[in-house]
Amino acid sequence: MTRQFELVVDRIKCDGRGLCAEILPERIRLDSWGYPIIAPGPIPEHLMGLAQRAVDDCPVLAIALRRAENQKQKSR
Amino acid sequence: MNAPRLLAGPDPSNGPERFAAHVGRVGPLPKGGPALIELLVRTELTGRGGADFPVGLKWRAVAAASRGSAVVVVNGAEGEPHSKKDRVLMTSRPHLILDGALLAAATVHAKQVVLYIGEGHHAALRSMTEAVAERTDHERRLIRIATAPARYVAGDSSATVHLVDAGIATPTTTPPPPRERGVGGAATLVQNVETLAHVALLARAGTATGTVLITVAGAVRSPGVLEVNVGTPLGEAVQLAGGPSESPRAVLLGGYFGRWVDAAEAWSLPLDPNGLRARGLSLGCGVIGILPTRQCPVCEVAGIMRYLASESSAQCGPCFFGLRALADACTRIAERGTDPGDLQRLQRWSGEVQGRGACKHPDGAVMFLQSAMKTFGDDFAHHPAHMRRSA
Repeated sequence: MTRQFELVVDRIKCDGRGLCAEILPERIRLDSWGYPIIAPGPIPEHLMGLAQRAVDDCPVLAIALRRAENQKQKSR
Repeated sequence: MNAPRLLAGPDPSNGPERFAAHVGRVGPLPKGGPALIELLVRTELTGRGGADFPVGLKWRAVAAASRGSAVVVVNGAEGEPHSKKDRVLMTSRPHLILDGALLAAATVHAKQVVLYIGEGHHAALRSMTEAVAERTDHERRLIRIATAPARYVAGDSSATVHLVDAGIATPTTTPPPPRERGVGGAATLVQNVETLAHVALLARAGTATGTVLITVAGAVRSPGVLEVNVGTPLGEAVQLAGGPSESPRAVLLGGYFGRWVDAAEAWSLPLDPNGLRARGLSLGCGVIGILPTRQCPVCEVAGIMRYLASESSAQCGPCFFGLRALADACTRIAERGTDPGDLQRLQRWSGEVQGRGACKHPDGAVMFLQSAMKTFGDDFAHHPAHMRRSA
């Protein structure tokens, strides 16, 4: 079984710079104030590279990939 | 047979019950331990701070993660604007609360008990401080007091931990929750003062008290704190508070994170935390607010939304900007009259704010607003332009 990952945002760290939504619009959109809304559920395999880039490029280190196992789907 | 009531004994308005009188009335402190956790699980006691979390499960989790260094935080922040029940309890039955806290400390193997009390609750602070001084040396060494700023979010369990650790009463990112990693990194049991008082009596009697403390506020003749049996119809509780002072329109059940219920429907609701949850409602912190027909619900809701927006700790963007935007839209409807665009924006922004804060402040505010828009749908849809009114 391949491991599944999901994106989680630390809401306190997040400043709404919006880079993540530019890198991965397939899974991340911005709300009315510029803060990311992450699509619930695990990241599909073909988007993992971009998801990792969204994590690496966040200027305030607010977004992370987390193993999705045992995690109830939770949209944050 | 139920355990005695929290406010049985001398009149609560006479001030704190002294230690000797307390022991004479309810008996000495029983022993804590695993059997108490099982008793809490069996009696299905839920937390009385507002979140209704099952007490037994929380104690079990903290005991499992404790390793002999857990911390118990006794939450008497009571930042809910209309709630007074925690203060009444702290000023009249401090030793019940300390008993519950010491039972918790023994049961979860805690090395520290922090009394976390709202800084504006002067009588409660004095009462609890004096009560600690009456306990044994061993108990006194365990207990310390921290004061909470008078902010709405200061009672959030992660905020209590943040204050004790860093002196800042703002919520922090979870997981992990305080019950896994709290004060100084130790497993921390954050429990409301009323909950601990229930535990103190439950541990002695072996059964639940079967009561809840409520604060009846708004359009009633004698607003204030009452102890009622679980399951008492809401209308009966309002009668105990002297009855409505004028024709009631709706009831806000559970404080500012609660739900609006039409008065006709609300009167027969049983005040039972578990029963209310099954109906999609919550007794929350026990505030029952009566809105009279004379008062405009839209203006009232706009005022509360402005308050909740101003009480955001301004850490998470969706909460800080979102609640402000929602409050502004409500205020525009209240002052300038209904605008279909604003109604749509309220719906859209509610969806964007919900579930997107580190704590539950934005969720509570949005659920409050959604219940208001459901209960007062016609008022929101056809609100005339009012002059500015004080909230």
